[in-house]
Amino acid sequence: MTEERLSTAGEDLLTINGLTKAYPGVVANDHVSFSIRPGEVHALLGENGAGKSTLVKMIYGLVTPDAGSMTLNGQPYAPAEPRAARASGVAMVFQHFSLFEALDVAENIALGMENPPKMRDLAARIREVSQNYGLPLDPDQLVGDLSAGERQRVEIIRCLLQNPKLLIMDEPTSVLTPQEVSILFQTLEKLRGEGCAILYISHKLEEIRTLCDHATVLRLGKVVGNCNPREETARAMAEMMVGEVLHVPQKAPRVPQEVALEIEALDVAARTHFGTALKDINMAVQMGEILGIGGVAGNGQDELCSVIAGEILVPADKVRLLGKDVGDKGPNARRALGMLAAPEERLGHAAAPDMSLIENALLSGAVREGLERRGMINWGKTRDFAKRIIKEFDVRTPSENTAARALSGGNLQKFVIGREIMQNPSVLVVNQPTWGVDASAAAAIRQALLDLAAKGAAIVVISQDLDELMEISDRFAALNEGRLSAPVDAAGLTVDQIGLMMGGAHDLEPVQVAG
Amino acid sequence: MIALEKRPQPSQLWTAVTPLLAVLATMVAGGIMFAFLGKDPLIAIRTIFWDPLFNEQFANYSRPQLLVKAAPLILIATGLAMGFRAGVWNIGAEGQYIIGAICGAAVGLAFYPTESVLIFPLMVVAGALGGFLWAMIPGVLKVKFHTNEILVSLLLVYVAEFILASMALGALRNPEGSGFPGSRNLKEYPPAYNAELLPGTGLHWGVVAALVAVIFAYVLFSKHMMGFHIRLAGQAPKAARFGGVQPARLILFCLGTAGALAGLAGLFEVSGPAGQISIDFNVGYGFTAIIVAFLGRLNPIGILLAGLLMALTYIGGELASFMLGVPAAAIQAFQGMLLFFLLAVDVLTNYRIRFGKREVA
Repeated sequence: MTEERLSTAGEDLLTINGLTKAYPGVVANDHVSFSIRPGEVHALLGENGAGKSTLVKMIYGLVTPDAGSMTLNGQPYAPAEPRAARASGVAMVFQHFSLFEALDVAENIALGMENPPKMRDLAARIREVSQNYGLPLDPDQLVGDLSAGERQRVEIIRCLLQNPKLLIMDEPTSVLTPQEVSILFQTLEKLRGEGCAILYISHKLEEIRTLCDHATVLRLGKVVGNCNPREETARAMAEMMVGEVLHVPQKAPRVPQEVALEIEALDVAARTHFGTALKDINMAVQMGEILGIGGVAGNGQDELCSVIAGEILVPADKVRLLGKDVGDKGPNARRALGMLAAPEERLGHAAAPDMSLIENALLSGAVREGLERRGMINWGKTRDFAKRIIKEFDVRTPSENTAARALSGGNLQKFVIGREIMQNPSVLVVNQPTWGVDASAAAAIRQALLDLAAKGAAIVVISQDLDELMEISDRFAALNEGRLSAPVDAAGLTVDQIGLMMGGAHDLEPVQVAG
Repeated sequence: MIALEKRPQPSQLWTAVTPLLAVLATMVAGGIMFAFLGKDPLIAIRTIFWDPLFNEQFANYSRPQLLVKAAPLILIATGLAMGFRAGVWNIGAEGQYIIGAICGAAVGLAFYPTESVLIFPLMVVAGALGGFLWAMIPGVLKVKFHTNEILVSLLLVYVAEFILASMALGALRNPEGSGFPGSRNLKEYPPAYNAELLPGTGLHWGVVAALVAVIFAYVLFSKHMMGFHIRLAGQAPKAARFGGVQPARLILFCLGTAGALAGLAGLFEVSGPAGQISIDFNVGYGFTAIIVAFLGRLNPIGILLAGLLMALTYIGGELASFMLGVPAAAIQAFQGMLLFFLLAVDVLTNYRIRFGKREVA
């Protein structure tokens, strides 16, 4: 494949030449050039903030480049808006779906079309296309009732109905179970066979190694490398992305200890119409142990984290901390007892966007760090606490007075996780601890969690990243539709077993699923 | 090309400068309006902003008026600012002001003609309590039934106005007033009268209360967890819950404090400058205080200055309509411009303007 790539430009489907896009204070793309041939699966690799999203937004007409040019099928290509891109045969599946939960599948697809056909014809087309590509989908089903994987199919089929020549996929597997991933890959293989090119954005290196013919690696907006993923190790590609040698966290062996956190037969009703109810949750986490909870987002992760954090109150005896009933205690009462949490949503939940890091240090640190006395805030002490977090967790920020929203996602995440770890919790729950964090920072966060466990804390890590969970967990459980599977030892678990625990490709037909 | 660009964080400088800019813009636009009305704009602006304070002929009357008018505005706006910062939109301070005045005056009149130093303090408590309870209606409805506090508090203003009218005509009517509506004038009942503390300055207990409220609010916002929680709840409700804020308690605290302060303002007004409960006792302080709260950037010190400025436009406006024949509606439009420009230039706190095409770095 690589030799064939040295072909004339005329055979290329899309050629990108010196695309540049600058935002205030940052050059998102700096003279990026590469080309994609028909039928090629081309990976775009890079850490968060490397400029992948900006690049594909330019290709899809959402962002206008400052400089550089593109050609599509030999013709100059400069889409002014996504509609123009779609007319030229470029389609995109976004990481975050734009679907209306209260409408059915066909209605959602019709909404995204310029000239939707009659509903009945459209439904027939949807059935036909979805069967052809091994993505079974019922046009009459409400989107609100679909799983994340099925919702993604709606988006994919919406694209396929336009017969695209180039399909852009932004982190498509982040919401899928392993089984759903393999179904998706078969669809992409079929598309490739029909000559459709795929531009595939991901930071999951193993996937890219199985799927892609060619990879372009971006770092800080520049192309820093090209490779054939099949001939590289995942580690070599990771180091190309990061530009440095990675350290793998070390886990020390542990002996059984006293149970620190116990949840028993817990049921919680869904808080909103499209929220998830928790059903019969049971778990016991020992001191010094990390329990990894896997599962696709939206299966009760937020709710479970909120229950442990004390944001959702339950009957007192449903949640026990070192033998004490704490189910009916609020967040600050639990903090006083040593039970801390780091929610998933950094901006707006774990931190207040417009407040400074000092104020955000006070947000959850007031009780344990003694930052207030009888309601009066000790700002000096709070500032010191913020400074300590910034130093200890290498948070890159101009100063502790900076507003949280001005930090990059990864740096804010380091601050948020650091803030809880620095308070020496005896129980800590973290939801998606390294989501959107670059590889070296992610490794640092994982190491900090392992160190905390080694000091005797019981830790619950909720994550979609199975590799991460396998790396740090002592035991593993999966959360699926609000039910938690029985925790099992993490050592020796295979991907297939995990997939089954996560509910497998639930409700999906046994289409060509490779065992 | 002119483009607005979001600042990485709010500009401290612009937060301080925008109110001044808004006042200047109001002077310019107001001047143009006065010119269209056939008045000399410079004289009109001078009459509004300068003469009340420094013209020898009017200053003796106007200067005390400044404190008299500013005190209720500051008192009410300080309370409102707490709610507005927390995202609790109490629009009904006017109603809480009226009910505070009625309750306070009723307690005073009930003791007529007893002489005791305890009567005025009792009236103060009654006034605060009246405003507090009136504000608890939207508060409890919001906490229990998730009603919209904007609607409930606003509609309760009209209810309060009807109660005021019925009080002036019925229960509180002066029995010796030969059937005229309105209560006994408290000026003639010293134990219940909120007299000037220093003659000729306009300084009465309401002014003292306003200053205390400003200091209290300043400490609350800058040093106290409650103030921190209020700001947190307004900016990021989910983060507030994570921080252990109980939304219901916060809503009741904000509405209750605002109601109590508005009630106090009403009591000090009825027992002092107004002197009696009458059908048209209220003059819109409760609504104007909303402008004052925003003009002062919801900051207690800012509100202190904004209240004085607003009072000045009231007094200067009266003077202008009296001296120059400027219609009252033009004065109201002038005050409206102030809020309009303030909100307009507010954009600059969070955004900066860029001219020309963006360069590629």
